[in-house]
Amino acid sequence: MKAVKRHPRLVIGLVLVAAFVILGLVMPPFAGHDPRDWNTFPKHIKPNPAHPLGTTGLGQDTFWLLSYSLRNSLILGVLVGFFATLIGVTLGVFAGLKGGWADRGLSLLMDTFIVVPSLPILILLASLLQGRATILIISVVLIVFNWPWPARQIRSVALAMREREFISTAWFSGESTLTVIRTEIFPYISSWAVGNFINTVLVAIAVESGLAVIGLSSLQESTLGTMIYWALQYQALLAGRWWWILPPVIAIVVLFVALFLVSSGYTQYATAKRGR
Amino acid sequence: MRFLTFLLSRLVTYILVIWIGVTMVFLVPRFLPSSPVEAMMAKVAAQGQYMEAAQIESLRNSLMETFGLKGSLFQQYTGFFKRVLLTGDFGPSFSAFPTPVSQLVAQALPWSLGLLLTSSVLGWLLGNAIGLFAGYRKETLASKALEFLAMLIYPIPYYIFALVLIILFTYVWQIFPFSFYIDANKPLSVGLIKDIVYNSALPALSIIAVNLGWWVISMKALSASVAEEDFVHFARLKGVSEPRIMTHYVARNALLPQITMLAIRLGTIFNGALITEILFGFPGVGTLIYSSALQADYNLMLGTISFSVIAVATATLIVDLTYPLLDPRIRYR
Repeated sequence: MKAVKRHPRLVIGLVLVAAFVILGLVMPPFAGHDPRDWNTFPKHIKPNPAHPLGTTGLGQDTFWLLSYSLRNSLILGVLVGFFATLIGVTLGVFAGLKGGWADRGLSLLMDTFIVVPSLPILILLASLLQGRATILIISVVLIVFNWPWPARQIRSVALAMREREFISTAWFSGESTLTVIRTEIFPYISSWAVGNFINTVLVAIAVESGLAVIGLSSLQESTLGTMIYWALQYQALLAGRWWWILPPVIAIVVLFVALFLVSSGYTQYATAKRGR
Repeated sequence: MRFLTFLLSRLVTYILVIWIGVTMVFLVPRFLPSSPVEAMMAKVAAQGQYMEAAQIESLRNSLMETFGLKGSLFQQYTGFFKRVLLTGDFGPSFSAFPTPVSQLVAQALPWSLGLLLTSSVLGWLLGNAIGLFAGYRKETLASKALEFLAMLIYPIPYYIFALVLIILFTYVWQIFPFSFYIDANKPLSVGLIKDIVYNSALPALSIIAVNLGWWVISMKALSASVAEEDFVHFARLKGVSEPRIMTHYVARNALLPQITMLAIRLGTIFNGALITEILFGFPGVGTLIYSSALQADYNLMLGTISFSVIAVATATLIVDLTYPLLDPRIRYR
């Protein structure tokens, strides 16, 4: 209870994210059928005990489809978040510590990639692949566009740290650069890295589902965005079939707020722990 | 001297953004397992039209030309840049044959510019004003409530917000039109402007709302930390009035990082606006990119996408260049 009081954001966020992880990663195998298959059930059934969220206009069970779609969205988000953060932190630390031309070159590259709008490039790719874009291809493109954000932040942290006394002490006492990074710098930036990882998960899921909402993501796979796309395509909104369109919309909203609560709550928690 | 270094570094970034962005547009079609030309050829063949061998060859040739696939990779590359930067000529659009791509872009541009400029500037100004108040009086209940609200709105993607607005205002309450409609032949009049504002209100609102959340959160943090600085205490002891402290001491310092941030986030804002345009059927560049993607109109797609890279880069440069206007340290030294 004490933890809830001290870090309400973090705790509420974690509980919500845990619920999504259970729904998305633990539940899907229990469906007993492939939730993507069309015409498994009668169409347009309102929510009832057998189908807690009803069925879609394509004859899928909305609940299991949601659970399955959530899994794909989460996998994509974690994949992009992990690699973008890893690449970003590595290059950021390198640029900040090394300084000079390496730093100038890398900084320029980061600033450049941040400005280039990623969505048009993704649309181009998706259109050329004609619906055959897999989650993996989309992830790779998203990693290319998302590493500069952590890199930029970590670089300025590393730059400031280079001047700190404990780093100089370690340096002059003959530690190798790698040891300095591992023992002195990494503990310091790890909380930034975690916060950034969660943020990137959020951004990746947001961009993919954006692409999917307009029908340009992977058409064979199902993600939260493609669910919205099919619901819109079949006029679920105009026909008042709220149980089809609302679950993915609400899932995205709650998931994003939860992830944001975790990332900002974790930053608060880490700051408090460091005693600053 | 300082101003010169500043200007030079921004210009270098500007050129690099365009170079990397346009290079990506050039490379993406070439790294795919299937050739776009063969895909188009298969599409034409699937339509069941009988074609002579010579006709097929000439079609293939013209498609190769479209994608700039003639000559060595290096020749293709320089040729592509010449088209993008010097002539701006992307040939005719396939789906709206024979209208040139440049003309379609020119028609869509004012709409996108109008929507994006108005909504990002309004979102930025409003968000910073609210964030300033919230940060300056961070202990008040109103400030905490505002931050909570901003935190709820900010992580929600544009299109979700757009969908929610569509559900609420066109389906539940039927205040605004479901999709964009304007009679383009009408002469410019007060009525037409009213029409445009009425039709653009929802897309603009969804862009403003989501941006607002971000600016409120970041401005609150910034102004709260500036308000703790020694020079603010000193001003207060000196007897400077509270409103003046807020605007002249706190706001001016807290706004500087927000300008840099606006420049950094323009690409992201553009991404969001693109989907918003598509969902509302707003006749801007975003909808043009989308319809070109659906109709596999590659001339139009390569044109609009290269163009939007250049446009975002230019807008970023312009925002960056307003920085010295607000920061005298860069101007005078």
